[in-house]
Amino acid sequence: MSVQQPITNHESLVTPDFAIDVRGVTKKFGARTVVNDIAMQVRPGEIYGFLGPNGSGKTTFLRMLCGLLKPDAGSGHCLGLDFRRESAEIKKRVGYMTQRFSFYEDLTIEENLDFIARLYAMPQRKLAVEKSLERLGMVERRTQLAGTLSGGWKQRLALAACLIHEPQLLLLDEPTAGVDPKARRDFWEEIHKLAAAGLTFLITTHYMDEASRCHRLGYIAYGNLLAHGTVDEVVKTAGLTTWEVSGENLSALADKIRGLPGVEQVVAFGTTLHVSGRDAEKLRASVAPFMSGAHGWTIIESGLEDVFISLMETAKDNFS
Amino acid sequence: MSFNLQRFWAVVVKEFIQMRRDRLTFGMMVGIPMIQLILFGYAINSNPKHLPTAVYAADNSPFARTIVWALRNSSYFDITREAHSTAEIKTMLAEGEVQFAVTVPVDFSRKLLRGEKPSLLLETDATDPAAVGFATAAINELTFFVLNHDLTGPLAKLRGTSPPFNLIAHQHYNPESITQYNIVPGLIGVMLTMTMIIITGLAITRERERGTMENLLSTPVHPGEVIIGKIIPYIMVGYVQVTLVLLAAKFLFDVPFMGSVPLLVALTFLFIVANLAVGITFSTIAKNQLQAVQMAFFFFLPSLLLSGYMFPFRGMPGWAQDIGECLPLTHFLRIVRGILLKGNGLAECASDLWPIALFVAVALAIAVKRYRQTLD
Ligand SMILES: Nc1ncnc2c1ncn2[C@@H]1O[C@H](COP(=O)(O)OP(=O)(O)OP(=O)(O)O)[C@@H](O)[C@H]1O
Ligand SMILES: [Mg+2]
Repeated sequence: MSVQQPITNHESLVTPDFAIDVRGVTKKFGARTVVNDIAMQVRPGEIYGFLGPNGSGKTTFLRMLCGLLKPDAGSGHCLGLDFRRESAEIKKRVGYMTQRFSFYEDLTIEENLDFIARLYAMPQRKLAVEKSLERLGMVERRTQLAGTLSGGWKQRLALAACLIHEPQLLLLDEPTAGVDPKARRDFWEEIHKLAAAGLTFLITTHYMDEASRCHRLGYIAYGNLLAHGTVDEVVKTAGLTTWEVSGENLSALADKIRGLPGVEQVVAFGTTLHVSGRDAEKLRASVAPFMSGAHGWTIIESGLEDVFISLMETAKDNFS
Repeated sequence: MSFNLQRFWAVVVKEFIQMRRDRLTFGMMVGIPMIQLILFGYAINSNPKHLPTAVYAADNSPFARTIVWALRNSSYFDITREAHSTAEIKTMLAEGEVQFAVTVPVDFSRKLLRGEKPSLLLETDATDPAAVGFATAAINELTFFVLNHDLTGPLAKLRGTSPPFNLIAHQHYNPESITQYNIVPGLIGVMLTMTMIIITGLAITRERERGTMENLLSTPVHPGEVIIGKIIPYIMVGYVQVTLVLLAAKFLFDVPFMGSVPLLVALTFLFIVANLAVGITFSTIAKNQLQAVQMAFFFFLPSLLLSGYMFPFRGMPGWAQDIGECLPLTHFLRIVRGILLKGNGLAECASDLWPIALFVAVALAIAVKRYRQTLD
């Protein structure tokens, strides 16, 4: 939906065109570089999906944005404030939902919300808590201890709590992990509604269906941002060719194809097989001998998952 | 970095709720003083009676016999030996055969009759000072009335507001005596040190261990607001404990309340804050709750041993006294004993107040500095 901005545009440094506008962000733990020279621009009202394998540095990046970790390098702005020097101000305007449930299990739902509302010095605290309980659908269960909530409900409470001070930017770290499909759909409906109202979201997720519901995506592996843009852009720039194979005995076929030059991924998708590689010619040459058989071969558009796995494989070669 | 009252209050309210929900810890906060009271008050510092006593009656007059008879009746003394010389008494005490030795000097009755107030010598083996305090007090009291029956007729004028003879108590081996009156008021300090440091030691490490710290840090709350907000509820717990011990001191142990209780309560505030500051400092340093508890014990042991609670302060070697002077408990013990037993006022307490105040300032400064506003 949005036109991509060149990330080296220094004019954007002070313009409030971006809710997040950072570059060169780097974090090291000891000798290990966990986040390496990442640049990111997110427009107000945008839902930015942040994807990447486990341990790729997503949580670390979010923590740096809201002042929980000190970056080793990098500059830029968050909601028009210097993200390295003005983190106290940024904290007031950002809602951060941690990956691990981090509310007080020995406080009730209402007490947790009330505590957070007090910390943000909300002028109409009681009202804000009440509204939040209503939105959560937890008015009747307000006196339940947070520790006794199911996993999905804990996630919902956490989201409600980080919305209570009406932040402009939300950093959500795997907000839907362990949440059932219906609740996940409701959650995304809510996110889109809020985004339409002007809130900006940076959301990490491991779900492909959620990735495709984001306005734009960033893919990080080994601390490096490997791809970013809209879903289509990401798929296109990856330059992946994917063949869909249908027919009998697909697993025997998969064993034969795997490892041939140009064949990077062979993945079973239900009753079909996806065979993909970045070098279209090499791939065609390798699989051509198998096309004569009983199987049907068609070129399809690569999926996000194929693209991400391909990106990750390449990154493994380059960075690790 | 401005201190925001609302955020501070948020932390206070939260801590109170959590304290209420945590039944075990809450029970501990009331249970620990009770256990300490029983252990220190009854078991360890019992009020020993029937202590072996030697008598050397150089003057075998009726007066001397009355005194010996009264000693026997007091139940504190068992006259187990009769000595015939000063040297004999010395060996008996040295060898621990007797705890006490009473000497009635040669010219006791002659001087008494002349109204010259002769001396009665009481020598004690005070290596276990707790053992002799009561007995000494008992014999001291005897001097006022023991001879009343003998001083009749023309001698009645010798009875009066002051005893007809002087008791010269001579404590051997240990100049500073500790009585039960000493132990129970001191218990206020020991107990506050132990519970306050452990409980607050857990306060911040718990947030870190449960992952709630990450959330807390992502909000605008400042270190000072968190730390002071966490301290307040425990100050109140501290006062509950103080009240318990003071009630026990008064009604179970009959400790005299010579000075002003409100003054004691007021000065206790500073001491509670000192301990909370230590606990909070520990919890900013410790990586987990276990470490915090270990650190609390690391601080508690020297406090117990070197403050003058367990052993007489002046009986300790110089280096131990130097360490003791740095501990808030040492000064608090002097304050609490001074107020309750000696009836001291604020002026007499001042010299022990400023060291505690200094301690608080240093500990809080470390705590606020150590409280990390980031996760790394
Ligand atoms: N405080 C820390 N000290 C040392 N290493 C750390 C620290 N925090 C994170 N790391 C390391 O940094 C790397 C990135 O971690 P991070 O949590 O950012 O990954 P992630 O992308 O969020 O992964 P996941 O999808 O599993 O949540 C990991 O290898 C992790 O072990
Ligand atoms: Mg993570």
